[in-house]
Amino acid sequence: MNIENETLKKKLISKNRMAENIFSKIFFLSALISIMSLIVIIVFVFAKGVPAILEIGLMDFVFGKLWRPSSNDFGILPMILGSIYATIGALLIGVPIGILTAVYISEIATKKIRRIIIPMVELLAGIPSVIYGFFGLIVIIPLIDKGFDNGGNSLLAAMIILGIMILPTIINISDASLRAVPKEYRENSLALGASKIQTIFGVVLPAAKSGVLTAVVLGLGRAIGETMAVILVAGNSPQIPNSIFDRFRSMTANIAIEMGYAFGLHQEALFATGVVLFVFIIILNLGLNLFIRKVGD
Amino acid sequence: MIKLLLRNSKEKIIYGLIISSALITMGILFWIFIFIVMNGMPHLNLQFIFSNYSGEETGIFPMIINTLMVIGITIIIAVPIGISTAIYLVEYAKNGRVVNVIRFSVELLAGIPSIIYGLFGMVFFVTILNFNWSILSGTLTLSIMILPTIIRTTEEALISVPKEYREGSLSLGASKIRTIMKVVLPSAQSGILTGIILGMGRISGETAAIYLTAGMVPRIARGILESGRTLSVHMYLLAKEGISFEEAYATATILLLLTLILNIMAKILSRNQES
Amino acid sequence: MESRNVIEIDNLNLFYGDFQALEDINIEIERNKVTALIGPSGCGKSTFLRTLNRMNDLIENTIVKGDVILDGVDIYKEINLLDLRKRVGMVFQKPNPFPMSIYENVAYGPKAHGVKNKAILDKIVEENLKKAALWDEVKNRLDKSAMGLSGGQQQRLCIARALAVEPEIILMDEPTASLDPIATLKIEELINELKKKYSIIIVTHSMQQAGRISDKTAFFLMGEIIEYSDTTKLFSNPQKKKTEDYITGRFG
Repeated sequence: MNIENETLKKKLISKNRMAENIFSKIFFLSALISIMSLIVIIVFVFAKGVPAILEIGLMDFVFGKLWRPSSNDFGILPMILGSIYATIGALLIGVPIGILTAVYISEIATKKIRRIIIPMVELLAGIPSVIYGFFGLIVIIPLIDKGFDNGGNSLLAAMIILGIMILPTIINISDASLRAVPKEYRENSLALGASKIQTIFGVVLPAAKSGVLTAVVLGLGRAIGETMAVILVAGNSPQIPNSIFDRFRSMTANIAIEMGYAFGLHQEALFATGVVLFVFIIILNLGLNLFIRKVGD
Repeated sequence: MIKLLLRNSKEKIIYGLIISSALITMGILFWIFIFIVMNGMPHLNLQFIFSNYSGEETGIFPMIINTLMVIGITIIIAVPIGISTAIYLVEYAKNGRVVNVIRFSVELLAGIPSIIYGLFGMVFFVTILNFNWSILSGTLTLSIMILPTIIRTTEEALISVPKEYREGSLSLGASKIRTIMKVVLPSAQSGILTGIILGMGRISGETAAIYLTAGMVPRIARGILESGRTLSVHMYLLAKEGISFEEAYATATILLLLTLILNIMAKILSRNQES
Repeated sequence: MESRNVIEIDNLNLFYGDFQALEDINIEIERNKVTALIGPSGCGKSTFLRTLNRMNDLIENTIVKGDVILDGVDIYKEINLLDLRKRVGMVFQKPNPFPMSIYENVAYGPKAHGVKNKAILDKIVEENLKKAALWDEVKNRLDKSAMGLSGGQQQRLCIARALAVEPEIILMDEPTASLDPIATLKIEELINELKKKYSIIIVTHSMQQAGRISDKTAFFLMGEIIEYSDTTKLFSNPQKKKTEDYITGRFG
């Protein structure tokens, strides 16, 4: 009986040890998949895009004003500027509304209202981008056309749609960082006779500034990377827009529109556009990381 | 009550701006929903949902099936990897360089625009691995794309499991793996499910990445190596090519309802978790 | 013939990184007795308790030096960790039943150690719930969640759960700290009953509790054992000035 018990125990111990080993390896290997995926993505997108940049010439590619693949003109400055303008516009619209909505949710709304409005913001985040684009196409564009008689497809339309699309990102993250501000800050400020508004803008928002900035940067990332919604409202002419009422094309749109029929150097130039976009995103992420580390210290 | 706290007219204006912003946010949501559903409902009928898209027929049945297939397969691929990664990060990893690199990778993966995933999928899965434009290429691409969502939500759910549960199990002589499988994961279940549902929402709404990898053949894919158009790609083509706004409205309505259902499911699950 | 001491500790030192939490601990724990560990917060008594089933291993940068001998076996060198924890059970400060049914809570440990037979598990569950004086209160709702029990019931369930893996020693880390006086009394009665079969080591904040239930008491201060003797002797006639100061309430 005792001997049997001993062997059973030994069997169990070695079984346990084996299971422990196998599973911890599986978990670790799974965790490595994220790193490997990132590396593979970077390697293959760059491998396909960088040769094109070298062939076209970095300067001609990035600062070239003419995009006409049929005659081998591959300048993506119009698209770079288009993406930057549209993103700035989206931030001008989305950041104030987003932050103020977050202020409303975390500082003013009652618990009951909060329980209604937060799921609504989550729903806004879940709406597919193609629907935002469609909404822009059938609602925003006719409105702009009516007001400015420009056909409607324009930088302005993209700014508005992107501004709406980044709202949930900005609201969620700002709200979380506002709520992380200790209650005592508010109480101290109010006890000194400051008004609620003074407290919010003088104490609470400054205390949450790194979270709010993170929100803005992530919103920026979403806006500059958005594709389908922009294509549906931008008009997509590959030229530098002179005003917000002009048609334009974003980097993302450039890739998605022409990828279907491009080949050879043209196709590689589209990957190269992706490389430039990727570099923007990496710089944004590194910048944000550095900033957060600095604030964290 | 609030009025007493406002000092002067300037503060009243700011307060007004705050309220307006919240109203704008909610208003936009209602506007989108009401406008699309009102215009989509009249064209939404059983024939539209259950017929094919060929010849005279303009139904979306193939796209619905393809979408469900893409969601299912992507979840099957991404969820085990995502959960395992989160388990590694929360339960095993000691803080160190490897962990930092993993975290940074996950963060960057989350920030990569979907069009770049599309480019990558196109060169890697479609061309190099020669899977062509297919459900397989599409789902592999999307799996990487939603990994960060699954990892983060699972991580949060695991972190919120009280350490007392782990101690209780370990103190009984249960192994670490048993503790994780039998005590920690079940306790984190609803949080993990919420993450999976959010991931499903992201998959069903994705267009750019799937468009470049799974192609746009408007038929039910008969295998994972066939191309298949999803609902959102269909929606994009209808709107972009101006094929039919009626169909676009109706398809958009279906997509919105899907979004709504997934969101409500996620909400119910996270309520369960709180109680 | 079993020796009188169940645990013998020789020159135990424990560090969290650079911080020394335990210093030169030498103590012998007697079999089938209740040994109380008292002392002010942060004196190392809980840390010491957790060296006995190696729960400190969970904390990074913990270094343990010295010998902890359980029935002649060095638990840091010569024994499988899972086996050690099976032999040395633990009850925590806050009741921590798993979010499962009452039945599954008690059956969890035996299952982890390879018991699969349903009839045997049923028997183990019943026996140990009886030992923990909880059976009559829960026998009709074994499949209900343990989270629905009162705090005192939860703690007795945790005791049943610990007993179910047939430990020789039970460590208790302030097991009544979060309970009301009536629930506390029940646990104390239970401890008195359990010591017939088990050796119990209990950390407590309450000197009255130590006096009521323990046979031996060790007084900890700043990571050292200041005094260790029979409970009655330690409280009525402390040998060290610091002990006297503490038990008369001059500090702590």
